[in-house]
Amino acid sequence: MKIAFDKLDKAFENRVRLQIMSVLAANERYDFNSLKDLLNITDGNLASHLKALEKEEYIVVHKSFLGRKPNTNYEATDKGKQAFKDHLNTLEQLIKQQKAI
Amino acid sequence: MEEKDLQNELASIRSIMERSSKFISLSGLSGILAGVYALIGAAIAYYLLYVDLHTINPDIHYRIVGVLNSILNVSVFLILAFVVLFASIATGIILTTRKAKRKGQPIWGNLSRALLFHMAVPLVAGGILTFIFLARGYYGTIAPITLIFYGLSLVGASNFTFSDVKYLGILEIILGLIAACLPGYGLLFWAIGFGLLHIIYGSMMYLKYDK
Repeated sequence: MKIAFDKLDKAFENRVRLQIMSVLAANERYDFNSLKDLLNITDGNLASHLKALEKEEYIVVHKSFLGRKPNTNYEATDKGKQAFKDHLNTLEQLIKQQKAI
Repeated sequence: MEEKDLQNELASIRSIMERSSKFISLSGLSGILAGVYALIGAAIAYYLLYVDLHTINPDIHYRIVGVLNSILNVSVFLILAFVVLFASIATGIILTTRKAKRKGQPIWGNLSRALLFHMAVPLVAGGILTFIFLARGYYGTIAPITLIFYGLSLVGASNFTFSDVKYLGILEIILGLIAACLPGYGLLFWAIGFGLLHIIYGSMMYLKYDK
């Protein structure tokens, strides 16, 4: 069976978004600042990618306060986790397929 | 997308999942050095605290523990233990900070905080218990208690770093339990648990992750 590249999730075409999903797949919750440090990108860049994932309903936002500082946490939804898993499976199959050629 | 790109993509996912959930900057070298300090400390303690029977009877060539309940001996022992502890912690912090920089992982982030917290709970409890028993003169309990609580703290912290740490912790606990069955050999068990095991484990970690 031939698997086409268009089976890969469009939402994960961007590297940062895929990285965000990887972090949220490995951790129950992750906060904005730690995510920023880990991925080493700017506030604006990270925020826009988070927004995009939120719009796909792949992640949910939890806002709270730590003392007076706002603390924003992100969590992957079941839909997001499934999409991430499918994406990885497709990547794996693509690699297998190319090795076979 | 070429095969290489796909492989890179998967490698980057794997790396980010690991870096986000585990503090992988613990330095193996600092484990080796902590072990060396512990062995040096144990050797000094042995010469200071154990009485050379040779001076009493020239036919006997080994040492036995001196009067350990004298205040002087207890303070010498405590000072030595603290020097070893602080030297190990300082080395650990310096080398781990250096490795964290190289790995691009924040030294004071969620993970290192969780790691320290889970280590600190059993360590503080064990430390206080040790002091209570010291004050009451139960010297024989010190080696097993410190080893067991240190082992528990490693097992508790292992969720946030290399899983190898868990096995070191289990070994320390087993060693502490054996030490509890063999009173009088506390220093020997300390040398094995804090010296030998750290050197062996540190070398394994160094070869596996530091290279």
